[in-house]
Amino acid sequence: MSDTKKFLYVNRKPPYGTIYALESLEVVLIGAAFEQDVSLAFLDDGVFQLTRGQNTDAIGVKNFSPTFRALGDYEVTKLYVERESLEARGLSEGDLQEITYEDEDDDWEEKPSIRVVSRAEMAKIMADQDVVLSF
Amino acid sequence: MSYQVNGHTIEHDEEGYITTLSDWSKELAEEIAKTENIDMTSEHWEVVNFLREYYDEYQIAPAVRVLIKAIKKSMGPDKGNNKYMYELFPYGPAKQACKIAGLPKPTGCV
Repeated sequence: MSDTKKFLYVNRKPPYGTIYALESLEVVLIGAAFEQDVSLAFLDDGVFQLTRGQNTDAIGVKNFSPTFRALGDYEVTKLYVERESLEARGLSEGDLQEITYEDEDDDWEEKPSIRVVSRAEMAKIMADQDVVLSF
Repeated sequence: MSYQVNGHTIEHDEEGYITTLSDWSKELAEEIAKTENIDMTSEHWEVVNFLREYYDEYQIAPAVRVLIKAIKKSMGPDKGNNKYMYELFPYGPAKQACKIAGLPKPTGCV
């Protein structure tokens, strides 16, 4: 398809406290219907959106972190996480939930969606996009 | 606006989606189906139960395209196709089945 554009959704805010993280995810899910080449980036406090074992009972809002695991069904399979942002917060890849997709071109093999990349690699990924949306 | 089930009043929004997800029951599902002119068969229940499990796992009501693909994967191509799903739920499998399943309207569904 010649009119496919590369979209990158950049997430910099923690999952709760503001509506940015949830809104970003909703836009991604809605936008997935347009069959574009969609990636997500997680930087700064945005890396907290993907942490495992979230529990929002005490703050009375919905824990939407399981929804990231549905992204594969929406053919959103590239979740880039910046290594420096993780390290600055004392986190590593093991603190993030496992998110996988089934690769249609490889006999539906399950593959990880999260790719931890360096700041320099993230800059290249951003430069390579047609559209960058910041949340 | 509300449904009446076994003497209980259950609130819904202007389009018929229940406002409190934990209010759902099988009896309520039958009641909502009636307002949608759907006679619930075991095939309808299969889809409704599938949606509830999907919501339980991912906290979203899937878009129709995603729902049909997921049904195809779990129940095979005889059920995971547009024709079968629209025969069960003529006004949109995601929209109508989600309403009966007591879930919010699918994200991105207008």
